[in-house]
Amino acid sequence: MGSITLRNVSKVFGEAKVIPSIDLDIEDGEFVVFVGPSGCGKSTLLRLIAGLEDVSGGEIVIDGKPATDAPPARRGLAMVFQSYALYPHMSVRSNIAFPLKMAGMDKAEIDRKVADAAKVLNLTDYLERKPRQLSGGQRQRVAIGRAIVRQPKAFLFDEPLSNLDAALRVNMRLEISELHQQLQTTMIYVTHDQVEAMTMADKIVVLNKGRIEQVGSPLDLYRKPANLFVAGFIGSPKMNLIEGEYAQAQGAKTVGIRPEHMSLSHDSGSWAGTVTIAEHLGSDTFMHIDVDGIGTVTARADGDFACRHGDRVYMTPDQNRLYRFDEKGLAL
Amino acid sequence: MATTHTHSAARLMMAPSVILLFAWMAVPLGMTIYFSFLRYNLLMPGMEEYTGFLNYQYFLTDPAFFAALTNTLLLVGGVLAITIVGGIAFALLLDQPIFGQGIVRILVIAPFFVMPTVSALVWKNMFMNPVNGLFAWISRSLGFAPVDFLASIPLLSIIIIVAWQWLPFATLIMLTALQSLDEEQKDAAEMDGAGAVSRFIYIVLPHMARAITVVILIETIFLLSVFAEILVTTNGGPGTASTNLTYLVYAQALLQFDIGGASAGGIVAVILANIVAIFLVRLIGKNLEA
Repeated sequence: MGSITLRNVSKVFGEAKVIPSIDLDIEDGEFVVFVGPSGCGKSTLLRLIAGLEDVSGGEIVIDGKPATDAPPARRGLAMVFQSYALYPHMSVRSNIAFPLKMAGMDKAEIDRKVADAAKVLNLTDYLERKPRQLSGGQRQRVAIGRAIVRQPKAFLFDEPLSNLDAALRVNMRLEISELHQQLQTTMIYVTHDQVEAMTMADKIVVLNKGRIEQVGSPLDLYRKPANLFVAGFIGSPKMNLIEGEYAQAQGAKTVGIRPEHMSLSHDSGSWAGTVTIAEHLGSDTFMHIDVDGIGTVTARADGDFACRHGDRVYMTPDQNRLYRFDEKGLAL
Repeated sequence: MATTHTHSAARLMMAPSVILLFAWMAVPLGMTIYFSFLRYNLLMPGMEEYTGFLNYQYFLTDPAFFAALTNTLLLVGGVLAITIVGGIAFALLLDQPIFGQGIVRILVIAPFFVMPTVSALVWKNMFMNPVNGLFAWISRSLGFAPVDFLASIPLLSIIIIVAWQWLPFATLIMLTALQSLDEEQKDAAEMDGAGAVSRFIYIVLPHMARAITVVILIETIFLLSVFAEILVTTNGGPGTASTNLTYLVYAQALLQFDIGGASAGGIVAVILANIVAIFLVRLIGKNLEA
């Protein structure tokens, strides 16, 4: 139904090569997240799939049919935009009905589909309102409603939660995941937030400077990062990357150790250091520790671990969960 | 207490400008109303006397008045139609990325900076002249008889001249509105299967409704009082074929020296302008609400 394949897809804006060449297979019904820092080309890639930008080279196959030169409307995809892009002069009902109206569907059928979508998204009471009379979360739901009425082959989400406040973001994240469970439709989701990527994705595509750094399930990326970039990007707080003598002793250019893979103690351990900042979150405590001979390291401790600025602490990295990288930044 | 003081202080401070503005408007208006009730002719100085509504009676029953009223409305309506449609069309074109965009935009704005008398003269002598004009040359080289624009279709000629002057203004406002349209909305409409025409009707036009309203209101104010173009080209003629209310009032006062009649005409024009304004605000004013 909704499989998408990219072959050698590239995009050039004038002189700038935004995407050199990308190959990617997206299976039907998968929830795929494109993640990467801003300017890595993830939104451009999404717009290439949507057809809003023309590819400079390569081909796109949607549902087994070549779609490289097809206009956006013909590709059977629906997109939810960062700004929601609701039509401000239309009521919620007309907004959701717009794609159906453009498809030339008859009035009764449109009304039925809009009512169904509104029920799924809890928008029934708001159908006559204008977008400006809605809250951020409701607008978001209208945008999703406009996407689902068309029963597309795949949904494309372009950073849909970045305009919402933190609490609402967690909620909408769950709602989108639930929607995916219900519809079982392919979804492609672009975000710069690795927490969103980790929590929602079946498959994460990590992008950097227009190249795919690694593709895999969230836990794959967490457990076996292919290179330094993925290691540093996936996981929160960031993995500690240590160079110098300690790394050489391990036979690597760089050694990575996650904050949660260190045991802390007040009296003994392989590294000793001074706490510069301690962030108490209740369940966890994150400490920034100035370790003698190594530099600043972030460590996670249990929320009960007592420490404050200036304390001397000892820690022992878990040797089994040490990541080693060579000169090119590739995992050893 | 503090706010009361601030309020009265503010009123005191604003008083001079309010009084000045009020006087500026009220004194001429009051004098015009006063003159409109006098038999006041410059050819018979010192013979002014109160005549009641006689000036109004003469002005409103003058056949030239109805001709002028029709001409005024045709002129306003015609120019509005041309500038709105043309303005939207030009704005859509100028919104496209083209080579030399900056220069093209300046060229489009240029007619607005030419003073009305000059542009009317240029049109009269260089384009519409039946002997030397460009249009006459075109029709002659195609084998047609040249049209004497200002004699045979005077009102339409003036509408064309005035529309040419106001097209840049409309284009500028429309272009600004067009550029403030969210790109993602256009993208969303494209994803939703709307073609170029549907996008224009359902997305672009509603977005421009406010700009169109502003253009209509502002242009109406100025177009009700078009004068220089008529004076320079046709002098209101032939007959009253291109006389509008403004020109009729001028003719009454300064060609027939009838100050009383002209004042009555002025008051009638003010009342008509207000009727048009109320009508317009009722009709399209809701577009201006946020």
